[in-house]
Amino acid sequence: MAYDYEKSIRPGKLPHIWCPGCGHGIVMKGLIRAMDSCGLEKNNTALVSGIGCASRLPGYVDMCTLHTAHGRAAAFATGVKMAKPEMTVICLGGDGDGTAIGGNHFIHACRRNIDMTYVIMNNFIYGMTGGQFSPCTPTGMKASTTPYGNPDPTFDISKLAIGAGATFVARTTAFHATQIDKLIAEGIKHKGMAVIEVLDDCPTTYGRRNKFRSVVDMMKKLKENAVPVQAASKMTAEQLQGKFLTGVLYKEDKPEYIEQYAKVIAKAQGQAS
Amino acid sequence: MTQALKKEIKKYKVLTGNGAAAYAARLCRPDVVSLYPITPQSEVIEQLENFHANGTLEAEMIRVEGENSAQNAVCAAAMAGARVFTATSSYGLVFMYDAMFQTAGYRAPVVMVNVNREPPGIHAVCSGQQDMIATRDTGWIQLIAESGQEIFDLVIQAYRLAEDEAVQLPVMVNYDGYYLSFLAESIELPEQSEVDRYLAPLKEQPPRPTLVPGSSLGCGAHGLGMGFVELRRKHMAAMARSRQTFEEIDAAFGEEFGRSYGGQIEEYRTEDAEIVLLTSGSAVGTARTVVDAKRAEGVKVGLIKLRMFRPFPIERLSAALQGRKAIGVLDRSLCFGWDCGPIYMEVKALLADIGKVPLLNFIDGLANMDITKPNIERMVNDLQSAAQGEPFNPVAWVTMGE
Repeated sequence: MAYDYEKSIRPGKLPHIWCPGCGHGIVMKGLIRAMDSCGLEKNNTALVSGIGCASRLPGYVDMCTLHTAHGRAAAFATGVKMAKPEMTVICLGGDGDGTAIGGNHFIHACRRNIDMTYVIMNNFIYGMTGGQFSPCTPTGMKASTTPYGNPDPTFDISKLAIGAGATFVARTTAFHATQIDKLIAEGIKHKGMAVIEVLDDCPTTYGRRNKFRSVVDMMKKLKENAVPVQAASKMTAEQLQGKFLTGVLYKEDKPEYIEQYAKVIAKAQGQAS
Repeated sequence: MTQALKKEIKKYKVLTGNGAAAYAARLCRPDVVSLYPITPQSEVIEQLENFHANGTLEAEMIRVEGENSAQNAVCAAAMAGARVFTATSSYGLVFMYDAMFQTAGYRAPVVMVNVNREPPGIHAVCSGQQDMIATRDTGWIQLIAESGQEIFDLVIQAYRLAEDEAVQLPVMVNYDGYYLSFLAESIELPEQSEVDRYLAPLKEQPPRPTLVPGSSLGCGAHGLGMGFVELRRKHMAAMARSRQTFEEIDAAFGEEFGRSYGGQIEEYRTEDAEIVLLTSGSAVGTARTVVDAKRAEGVKVGLIKLRMFRPFPIERLSAALQGRKAIGVLDRSLCFGWDCGPIYMEVKALLADIGKVPLLNFIDGLANMDITKPNIERMVNDLQSAAQGEPFNPVAWVTMGE
């Protein structure tokens, strides 16, 4: 029997705004399956997003949702988690939202190792505003603001998250649909800051400027260049050229922020009495 | 076709409001440009990046990760002696808020385009002037355009104003997002040499203090006590002077290009007007046609267009509003805490000069709600009835049928 997504979708909110071929819908379905498998309840789960195509995702899902300002999802989510530590908090957004204008909030949420899950859909571009380059637009690729190619070096979001202190970091792609829900579910269960980077496709503003003839071409590229982290250990540097790793890239048990904070409160109250 | 006619036709180009802003900025020869995309401004950054990529804009492009960085970058570049340009809208403008104070406090002659859009709170990808209003006390000069051609002309005028020795203040050029940003019009494009004649390249201007290698100058020092007071006093005096300077700059623009707009305000059919409506931006065009129609019916109605919001045109407006039987102010933003629109509130502050008169506020055009001809006709009717001594509603939300 086909999986029933409708029970998790807000009635009347469809059709969504995403273009045909966009991978965000695949991620949304993965998220729904992941939340389901973790047994999350809608009154005890907050989906928080900023601005952008990916940030529209919470609007469609029947959970507690917060659609905030550009780049501010992690800051809002931190506030939700601090006030309601019993809630499961999931941030959703794109590469522009999360690593450009919201980069500061993103790295500090990682540094604190606060117990939440950040699913970042990296489609290498600002999609909603019309395809301007983002910090994740690969060097040399075209955007509406880099008509002859982007001169900037790029962020590797997963490395950024690891470097900043996130304790669960995983990567997959919009092609690897079944891996999306497994990794998100693992991230939700992880105690601490979990970042799941989903490499995604934007045929409308990225693909068409960069000679991808179709959505299938974009998906093929995601499929072909993905190397599972286990397989990579057996490959040479040469073989790994131009590829990216998928799967759980980093996992560590480290004190979680809310727990540490509670300890300080207990200590302060103990001293006061 | 004669050569002269060909040349004449070549002078015109169909451009959107955003396109007009970008073309004008290029003709002003900025040295440093820094912008961040945001709807409905994104076309400005795309156009300028394209100019830069094809070699027709010889500026340094500073590519940033947010508007706050853009404002800081152009402020610093202006302090270092560059002519700079930036553009934003809504969320982006309020994200620059602290940096805007800094730019104005440093007296950095930054020119910025702001494409008016409703700011955060209720997600609205819609037109509205609340973003501009929210930044009115940052110490910037704020101008408002009515049409694509005026956007083009105001950007050029803004550089003259910002760099004027008597002013030395940042200038913000505002135009209604969606209405003017995306509306394509025929724009008259001057030659580069004509713009250069009107707006002297920076190196031909009197030197101003800048940060340069080899001389140690500091900026951003603590202004404690009287130091702070003195600088603020000078800032306010420069703001006051800018009213007259803007009049002169607009007149000089008229001499060079054959178009001028009346300086701080434009009065339309006000000579013998008993009632007047004051508004700004794209709504002025609609209001003009309604005023014409009402005039044809024999109603003595006039229109005042606010072109300069900061500094507020105190003397010019007082003179223009004196002796009327009723005055209406059409606001497309809100003044929370005063229960009315902000421009209405400011006009109210002029009542001591203009005398007691029925003053009506019409709130309309929030979040892309069209300010239609019937809406403005209704405003004129309300003004007529108030002028005849009938009781009136001082603050009416027109869209809500009040």
